[in-house]
Amino acid sequence: MQATATQTNPIISFKHVNKIYDNGTVGLKDINFDIPRGQFLVVVGLSGAGKSTLLRTINRMHEITSGEVLVDNESVSDYKGKALRHLRRQIGMIFQNFNLVKRATVEKNVLSGLVGYYPTWRCVLGLFTPHDRKRAFQALDRVSLTKKLFSRADELSGGQQQRVAIARALMQDPKIMLADEPIASLDPRTTKAVMDTLKRLNREDGITVIVNLHSVELAREYADRIVGLRSGELVYDEPIDQVTEAGLNQIYQTKPEA
Amino acid sequence: MQTTLSKEFAPRSLWQRWCWLIWVAIIIAIYAWAIGGLQFSGLQSSAKTVSDSIVKGLLHPDWAYVYNGSGEDLSSLTIQTLAIAFLGTIVSAVISVPFAFWAARTAHERFYLRSGSGKVILTLIRTFPEIVLAIMFIKAVGPGSYAGVLAISIHSIGMLGKLFSESLENMDRGAEEAITSAGGNAPQVFVLATIPTIMPEFISYTLYRFEIAVRSASILGMVGAGGIGTPMIFAIQTRNWPRVGIILLGIIVMVLLIDTLSEQLRKRLI
Amino acid sequence: MSTPEIPQRPWRQRYHVSAIAWTVTIVVLLILSSMATGANFGMFLANINQFTVLLVQMSHPAWAYLSVIIQPLYETIQMAILGTTIGAAFAIPFSLLAASNLVGNQVLRNLIRLFLDLVRTLPDLLLAAIFVAVFGIGSTAGVITLAIFSFGMVSKLFYEVIETIDMGPLEAMKSVGASKVTIIWYAVLPQILNQFVSYFLYTLEINVRASTVLGYLGAGGIGVYLQRSLDQFNYSATAVIILATLVVVMVIDGVSNHLRRVLL
Repeated sequence: MQATATQTNPIISFKHVNKIYDNGTVGLKDINFDIPRGQFLVVVGLSGAGKSTLLRTINRMHEITSGEVLVDNESVSDYKGKALRHLRRQIGMIFQNFNLVKRATVEKNVLSGLVGYYPTWRCVLGLFTPHDRKRAFQALDRVSLTKKLFSRADELSGGQQQRVAIARALMQDPKIMLADEPIASLDPRTTKAVMDTLKRLNREDGITVIVNLHSVELAREYADRIVGLRSGELVYDEPIDQVTEAGLNQIYQTKPEA
Repeated sequence: MQTTLSKEFAPRSLWQRWCWLIWVAIIIAIYAWAIGGLQFSGLQSSAKTVSDSIVKGLLHPDWAYVYNGSGEDLSSLTIQTLAIAFLGTIVSAVISVPFAFWAARTAHERFYLRSGSGKVILTLIRTFPEIVLAIMFIKAVGPGSYAGVLAISIHSIGMLGKLFSESLENMDRGAEEAITSAGGNAPQVFVLATIPTIMPEFISYTLYRFEIAVRSASILGMVGAGGIGTPMIFAIQTRNWPRVGIILLGIIVMVLLIDTLSEQLRKRLI
Repeated sequence: MSTPEIPQRPWRQRYHVSAIAWTVTIVVLLILSSMATGANFGMFLANINQFTVLLVQMSHPAWAYLSVIIQPLYETIQMAILGTTIGAAFAIPFSLLAASNLVGNQVLRNLIRLFLDLVRTLPDLLLAAIFVAVFGIGSTAGVITLAIFSFGMVSKLFYEVIETIDMGPLEAMKSVGASKVTIIWYAVLPQILNQFVSYFLYTLEINVRASTVLGYLGAGGIGVYLQRSLDQFNYSATAVIILATLVVVMVIDGVSNHLRRVLL
């Protein structure tokens, strides 16, 4: 824990973050840690442990009950309207179910990543500049899907759809990439393609990547650092070279009924 | 183990054993009431001759009526019927969209006041008989197909609004989440995610409603709201059975054609 | 980083061919329909005061009329119950014959389905008009109309249910040499009974709604009074009829929905 806490300029930091849902369930409990710029962080834990909630507090897709989340040393809790949208457009996000518009073309889906940069009326009319169309093509090139530019999203396989989602996030020119169980609906082979793509963005572009994963093996393979959540609490935090099997197992030790 | 066994073999209570008898009694009472309450006119003396001539008329339809160039023949009135149904359905589909958003229950809504009130309004519209609407509109715009269009436009809102709002409640919110997380504002989310996700279902329901509207449009004429129903009721009243026969045939062919066409289109949509 | 050439969009997509074609088709059809129906929004607005007069009258229901329409309201429900029952009774053999998992004979099955399709094309009021001509004014015409109307609807719902049953018990009975009737009684019926009753109730709901207007053409029930009040421009009575019908429909819907939930 001390290794990361000494970082001088973390891109994200959680300070005493609590989240209690309307029905009284505890989502997050006193979360404290920093994420340094350029890290590939993997969050592991059982489903329901609060991984998704933690991820979504960063771009305010979920609100927190108390505490502070800092992005670039600025508390994001009070952002509203334009400021909030500007925060979100620097943070790319990909999802377990890809969340593409299934009946639209791949190109349209990728271009929709630009919403934060475009005035509403141009989005509505679909008036994207030739320059941005070229960028969409380049984004697809980075996930090796240029051939599918004009296919409909629902004609693609799951792995391909997830890569389209990554290309869409790339259009935002993100500093941070959040990935919520990105490979949970994919088979092992496409899993590798998606995780490799994320790793490459992390290495080549210096994007800070935060991934929620079920699988500890994948976490050990790709992460710079692993944190573990259990019932909303941070119970594990080690850089990859100090991760041990025994340590990881402790994350999954829960009450017997689980 | 002991307890489950004893439970299974416990004698059923008197109530459980004879409960079905009460149901039988209720059902018998309902049917006795239903049969006893109706005055059956019995077969009219003329019933046999009338049905004979109907069958004869249906077997020898008035083919000349199919097209006679007067604009009052079967083909022109069938087209008019379809036009009433089409216009009414499209207008109603457009009006139903805001109603659907009104009546759709959303997760963060407190006490469901908005969606609840919307659902009540839609139920009221649905229950208001289409025929009465047609007659009311006839008073307003005079007899003719325009009144039929208005009646179908308003009445269909009840059903389309309900179907649309249900598909909004069950829609996949993923694309919306993605656009929001990319920094999109509400109109952008709506145009780039909500509309493309929900549109196919809306169109499919509209087509389905069009099938029903074609049937409605073919009977609204019986009260004077245009379409093929008007000559139909005239022919029945004047006992012109060959004419009734050809109109019936026309309606059957039209409805079958529209049903098949719409089914094909809906299959391609989803 | 060398990027390959951006491929051209296929021309169909580039010029939005199908979207434009559909829009044009629908707009053309809309224009033609407006011409064919003489739809004129201005005319509606010009006559809107007449419409509001009507609505104002209707918003003052003449509650005294309620005592007059109680009896016909009962009659409406009675018609719906009998009509639905007769229709459903006839639907059972037809739905058994139309179910693809019970009847191997494809020709027979398709003939029956075609017949059912034809029955379903006929709108209820049209049937009512014809049966009033045959049986004279009164509830007999109404009951028969509703019977035929529900027959078409229920048969389709029933055979779709039958096609979803578990074939295991059937094959077991067939292997011990049970007759067709025995198989249907002991292996098919228990599996579908609840759904049948549920669909019966659903059809009853629809028929109660339908039966309220059948009387407009003389087929008995509350519709007779609906027509009378409208012809006499007695809109405050019309309002009472509509409101009473609404209450009846909602009560029947509520009871039937509850029973269906208990059943399934």
